[in-house]
Amino acid sequence: MTNERPSGHEQQKPLLEITNLKKYFPIEKGLLRRVVGYVRAVDDVSLSVYRGKTMGLVGESGSGKTTLAHCVLRAYDLTEGEIIFRPGDQEYRLNELEAKELRQVRPHMQMIFQDPYSSLDPRKTVYDIVSEPLRLNGATRDAALDQRVRDLLEAVGLDYRHMKRYPHAFSGGQRQRVGIARALALNPALIVCDEPVSALDVSVQAQILNLLSDLQAQLNLTYLFIAHNLRVIQHICDDVAVMYVGKLMERARTDDLFRNPRHPYTEALLSAIPIPDPDRPLPEQGLEGELPDPANPPPGCYFHPRCRYAQAICQVEAPPWLETEPQHFSRCHFARELPLQGSI
Amino acid sequence: MIPQPQVRHDQAPVTESDLLLQVRDLRTYFRLDEGMLKAVDGISFNVYRNRVLGMVGESGCGKSVTAQSILQIVPKPGVVQGEMLWHRDGQTVDIGGLDPESEEMRAIRGNEIAMIFQEPMTAFSPVHTVGNQLMEAYFVHGKLDEAEARARAVELLDLVGIPAADRRVDEYTFQLSGGMRQRAMIAMAMMNRPRMLIADEPTTALDVTIQAQILRLIRRLQAETGAAVLFISHNLGAVANLANDVAVMYRGKIVEFGTVRQVLKNPQHPYTVALLQSIPGFGYRRGDRLQSIRGSVGVPIDPPDECPFRGRCDRFDPALCGGSMPASVEVEPGHQVACVLYEARS
Ligand SMILES: Nc1ncnc2c1ncn2[C@@H]1O[C@H](COP(=O)(O)OP(=O)(O)O)[C@@H](O)[C@H]1O
Ligand SMILES: Nc1ncnc2c1ncn2[C@@H]1O[C@H](COP(=O)(O)OP(=O)(O)O)[C@@H](O)[C@H]1O
Ligand SMILES: [Mg+2]
Ligand SMILES: [Mg+2]
Repeated sequence: MTNERPSGHEQQKPLLEITNLKKYFPIEKGLLRRVVGYVRAVDDVSLSVYRGKTMGLVGESGSGKTTLAHCVLRAYDLTEGEIIFRPGDQEYRLNELEAKELRQVRPHMQMIFQDPYSSLDPRKTVYDIVSEPLRLNGATRDAALDQRVRDLLEAVGLDYRHMKRYPHAFSGGQRQRVGIARALALNPALIVCDEPVSALDVSVQAQILNLLSDLQAQLNLTYLFIAHNLRVIQHICDDVAVMYVGKLMERARTDDLFRNPRHPYTEALLSAIPIPDPDRPLPEQGLEGELPDPANPPPGCYFHPRCRYAQAICQVEAPPWLETEPQHFSRCHFARELPLQGSI
Repeated sequence: MIPQPQVRHDQAPVTESDLLLQVRDLRTYFRLDEGMLKAVDGISFNVYRNRVLGMVGESGCGKSVTAQSILQIVPKPGVVQGEMLWHRDGQTVDIGGLDPESEEMRAIRGNEIAMIFQEPMTAFSPVHTVGNQLMEAYFVHGKLDEAEARARAVELLDLVGIPAADRRVDEYTFQLSGGMRQRAMIAMAMMNRPRMLIADEPTTALDVTIQAQILRLIRRLQAETGAAVLFISHNLGAVANLANDVAVMYRGKIVEFGTVRQVLKNPQHPYTVALLQSIPGFGYRRGDRLQSIRGSVGVPIDPPDECPFRGRCDRFDPALCGGSMPASVEVEPGHQVACVLYEARS
């Protein structure tokens, strides 16, 4: 993207710079496994994440958030595009790296998963789980490793005396802490958090969000934070990107996005959050329908079939990526003029 | 989008003739090797026709076991004690006294009281069409006209907002999206015009957009049918949108009860206050520390007779909170709180 100017924290080079990223999954049919089409899970996404900051990625299930995360971690090969990653003073073009070089980069980027129940191996003790990344990178089982595991468990608020226990002995929130300790083991620069609090009760969600904030401040961590709960995003993210059917629909500073959304999809997402106040009910009319099939998206603007503001042009012409204010972008033909409702 | 004004009837007077279910001192215990797990431990509440009772609390507080107890589907080795007086057509049956396998209980379960779950796949079989399963729910209760059953199935699929219902009726559940499955399950629950619907976390696994659609759907069906709804959710926002009354559960006990306004706008129990404060967004600025509740609910095995929340409570006071489980105190008409802070005052 050429139309994004640096300002504020964008003075320095981003830690993670994604440019025109595409990830298409082939759809195969029949005995010969003929390719009959593509799921365009990520379709031309550009996004920069700055050191020490949190970039939120939000959108309905199936919009391509997890696929994007897997591309960044190079768990997937890209269909197209470039990903530059700058931990320390190195610069890596992730899209060009082969397996051997990727092994060198991997310690700098880690992931935290949604489901604290299935993401930890039930047959391994907490000690094994947390020390595994260190052992895979050459550490031996000795007093220094023990100390490191203790420090990590302490950093995430777990009692190190429980490190010989198995995951099933822990509550959901504690398991998520184990996952975070493991992700921290190799001192990563970037942590990709894929729905890390979606499976937790609000009370425990609050503990984990506070922990992630504390760790970020202490360790200067950078987060790519995926969630479908906009209130969580609002709380923890500096910037937000809204994704729909593989494309970014809007990107802005968090406060700008909530105060002044510039895309009807963002407005619809904001208005769908139920508020725990009986005097502020959900609107009688809300976003209807579901996400279209990313193998066969509608023509024009992908959002037009569900958009309450759709005009004739929206059915035929894909909207441009407009900068409506500095550092605020929207993919809507009417991004500048629609009177959209925020929510703060 | 401008919120539309809505008719909310949480202030409407409740009449005794609308009383549908009276739960009195319900206890559902599981005898385990480790001891007695008291999943539900002496709760009482009423369910009224044309009203939604919201039941909130963290995972493990006994909400699902309460629902299972009402329907007499508690898995072994669970034992249900207490009265559940079910009032209909001038008659009263104590569900608590019925054999779970009896004719009478079967007639109530799925017919007079229907249930929807978080995960619709648990309600459906993958090898039968959606329509056949809806019709089956109808036949089970002695209604036998096939053409009528099919018409009712299509009518309901349409009513719950499934497009092209007359075609979808012949599809399998795996052909439906998550949101559509949830709708189909609601349709199945409504097949026999239940007097009461139990919805156990029906929106928890859904995106906010689909969650909002399902909340609107339940609200509309409830208003159209006049059924009573027991709406179980750990999402206080969802509950605020549907419920007339709210029961807050903690470790098998109801610790606060009142109208939705009383409980959510004027919460009294430290647990309710803490739950509300831990929700990000409202009243918080970005980066503020969220108020959380330390620790976790835990499992109530052989719980001592004391306030179940004392170990996590910000207002714990050893001088006050040392005694047995505080009794429920009425802090304003209809608003009850089981906390020693109020017990001491009255
Ligand atoms: N390995 C895969 N093969 C084929 N399609 C996939 C694969 N992974 C994801 N998809 C499809 O890509 C789209 C985006 O999925 P995903 O990235 O998981 O979305 P999100 O995380 O936003 O819910 C969906 O339509 C999904 O079905
Ligand atoms: N079938 C069962 N056997 C043993 N314990 C159970 C069973 N079902 C639930 N429990 C226990 O009962 C308590 C309440 O569970 P549940 O009603 O499912 O909570 P909620 O629905 O509020 O999350 C929990 O401690 C849970 O572990
Ligand atoms: Mg995902
Ligand atoms: Mg439950």
